[in-house]
Amino acid sequence: MEEVLAITDKVVDKYGGDPESLVEVLREVNDKSGYLSREHLARIAERLSQPLSKVYGVASFYSLINLEPLGQHVIRFCQDAPCHIVGGREVWEALEKELGIPFGETTLDGQWSLLTTSCIGACAVGPVMMVDDDIHGNLTPEKVRDIIADYREQDERATATAVQGGQV
Amino acid sequence: MARRAHIILSGTTAQVQKVKAAFLESLDEFGLTDEVDVLEAAEMTVSPRGVEAVVYPDVVHYVQLTPQDAPTIVEEHLYKGRPVGELIYEEQIVEPLEAPSTKEVRVVLRNVGKINPERIDDYIAEDGYAALGKVLTEMSPEDVIAEIKRSGLRGRGGAGFPTWLKWTFARQSSADEKYVICNGDEGDPGAFMNRRVLEGDPHAVIEGMAIAAYAIGASQGYFYVRAEYPIAIRMLRIALAQARDYGLLGESIFGTDFGFDLEVRMGAGAFVCGEETALMQSIEGKRGQPRTRPPYPATSGLWDKPTNINNVETYANVPQILLKGGEWFASMGTEKSKGTKTFAIAGKVARTGLIEVPLGITVREIVYDVGGGVLNDKAFKAVQTGGPMGGCIPEQYLDMSVDYETLAEVGSIMGSGGFVVMDEETCMVDIARFFIDFAQEESCGKCVPCRVGTRKMLETLNRICGGEGKPGDIETLETLGQYVTLGSLCGLGQGAPNPVLSTIEHFREEYEAHIYDKRCPAKVCRALIKYEIDPVTCIGCTRCARNCPVSCITGAPREVHVIDQDICIRCGICAQVCPVDAVSVE
Amino acid sequence: MKSLEELRKIKERALERRKLSGEGARARIVVAMGTCGIAAGARDTMSAILGELEKQDIANVIVTQTGCIGLCEYEPIVQIQVGDSETVTYGNISTDRVPTLIETHIVDGEPVEAWKVRK
Repeated sequence: MEEVLAITDKVVDKYGGDPESLVEVLREVNDKSGYLSREHLARIAERLSQPLSKVYGVASFYSLINLEPLGQHVIRFCQDAPCHIVGGREVWEALEKELGIPFGETTLDGQWSLLTTSCIGACAVGPVMMVDDDIHGNLTPEKVRDIIADYREQDERATATAVQGGQV
Repeated sequence: MARRAHIILSGTTAQVQKVKAAFLESLDEFGLTDEVDVLEAAEMTVSPRGVEAVVYPDVVHYVQLTPQDAPTIVEEHLYKGRPVGELIYEEQIVEPLEAPSTKEVRVVLRNVGKINPERIDDYIAEDGYAALGKVLTEMSPEDVIAEIKRSGLRGRGGAGFPTWLKWTFARQSSADEKYVICNGDEGDPGAFMNRRVLEGDPHAVIEGMAIAAYAIGASQGYFYVRAEYPIAIRMLRIALAQARDYGLLGESIFGTDFGFDLEVRMGAGAFVCGEETALMQSIEGKRGQPRTRPPYPATSGLWDKPTNINNVETYANVPQILLKGGEWFASMGTEKSKGTKTFAIAGKVARTGLIEVPLGITVREIVYDVGGGVLNDKAFKAVQTGGPMGGCIPEQYLDMSVDYETLAEVGSIMGSGGFVVMDEETCMVDIARFFIDFAQEESCGKCVPCRVGTRKMLETLNRICGGEGKPGDIETLETLGQYVTLGSLCGLGQGAPNPVLSTIEHFREEYEAHIYDKRCPAKVCRALIKYEIDPVTCIGCTRCARNCPVSCITGAPREVHVIDQDICIRCGICAQVCPVDAVSVE
Repeated sequence: MKSLEELRKIKERALERRKLSGEGARARIVVAMGTCGIAAGARDTMSAILGELEKQDIANVIVTQTGCIGLCEYEPIVQIQVGDSETVTYGNISTDRVPTLIETHIVDGEPVEAWKVRK
């Protein structure tokens, strides 16, 4: 709870508590915390002197603002037509199969969230997806499996190092 | 370690792997592993010349290679330095990749890909900020607007409203504060021209905005850029800092009393924010919902002040027009559509990417001369222009001129310049469904016809693609489409039915095939197709059965295999893995 | 920025520096780093180029970036200019091709025909 307040206050202060910076504040707190809990929203409403209903209304309007926690890695797959006609459907299915969840959900172990995004403007190298902040293009079902395997391997290595260093 | 030679192999993947393995083995034998590198070419395709190898640095081109040839080449050529004559390809031509044709004319993209966007000096070297200097020291705001009028520049965001007129309205509104906004909320699927300009030449847009600010009498501007473009935002921020550092933004620019500064505002993932009134709501920290016009932004815009809002590409044209003159710009294009336009070419075309061509070019020239034709020599079916609010243009209009008026005549729009090519394997009902799904999801919900109408249209299309279409569905779509267009406030709602209406107009028989014959002519809609194995061609290799995700293929090794249609999910994997192309789709 | 004269001076300085000799370099490598380039792996290509130059101890080569050059399906794209010769544009430069490219074009001064994109 204290962390929620600290993060939120820091962002609100950066924008000088200006109510007109609401969208910016929401997005930035969202990026820092991964999602906006009720506590986040309440604090933002309080600090910007706005009704909570309005803050919630704005937050739920924009698709890049999450109102629920997401997995450690977030895949945003482009769902738009240009990627669809060059084989997006097959890649989409491969993603669902590989992670064992349908679009819009997070794996039970909290590792992966599978979301869609609107066009990220890399249509010439479609199908395209973003994994966290990295863009991957020219996707095929095979390539998707390799990419996910790479991330899993990196995570395992990171955990192993952390265990060795006694940080866990 | 530096290698003294490199071998690059091409051919089909499987064969290349064998030859590569043979090369690696014999290189090892001769102790050359550290000296010679074996690489694969980018394009792995079937070639009449079989597996090919080019040995660098001497550029010797070998063809028709088998694994048995590898030891010979390694021993003779790489170890003893004597190229193996009988294996060398006579003409020694190494085919270069093909690049865009000469139909391009670059105004907006003139610096993109040429300069380093992180260095303002690079832009200045290309006459950057010279137009702003000229405007501030030699021209009155009225002169600037007159020059833009001579150029015939129209809004590049889609609607094509004359830029000079927009600026005049904003200039004539009196207020203590005015704003200029750059609409960089490029949300159309398949459109990425603005992204490229912002990433590759941000100063051109900044300069164009400063000129617009001077013309209308504003001192503050905003960039509204979608959050999906992090690189564009980073480049813009760097560019703004450098422009401020040079005093090209801030107080008394070029020693005059004109002052101007810019801020970047990021979107948060709402397509409708590309609509100008919604965009301004979003900058003000609200839900980005469109409002009625009038009042237009030119009289009452951001914070109710007179505001000029143009798209990225429109602003990027401005400095060039003022440097080279309105007549120069007006010499390109058609009578009513002047200058050049950028198009993002995507879909089933040989060369995807971004181009800039004079308006008035034909669809055929874009698809075939610039785009290199339809991918894999399939038949051209249609091109979708104008993004999710645009329409599909069929083959019969291949020779039409691409300009604002002609596009509107055939039921499409210019939009921001998306150009998605579709071939015979694209189902027009499926694609219409896709676009309406997009509109339905992005509808802000303010107008009922848009919110509910697009949903009803999507449900109908889902049924048709799912094999449950009924007589009357096409007519329902047409009626609903008209209601949505008439009853919506903003461009999103008014244009949302367009992809459906234009595909019905031009491809009605495809809709009918889905509804009455329960058939998808392009073989895309899964409920309407089935996969079958040709008993004559099948060699009983078992590969399809082993790869089938639902195990619905049966058959003993070396015997004909059969697909159980009741279990089959029509994923098409069997057709992809079959080595003899025995799997067909009906 | 106080005058047109000041702008002109910056322009001249920038033009001078753009010539390879102006920065005392013998070659320039430009990697297209737009979204499409990065999606296709331009970042890896860039670090592979820097790594290879360091590994081979090659100095006096400017490595810089530019935006998308419009040949998105050939990304990652790399442009190389050696001395006063014409700039060569290469397509599909994945990391495994970088050593050959540096070796052949920068060290030996021979463009790699097979990977060229014809302008």
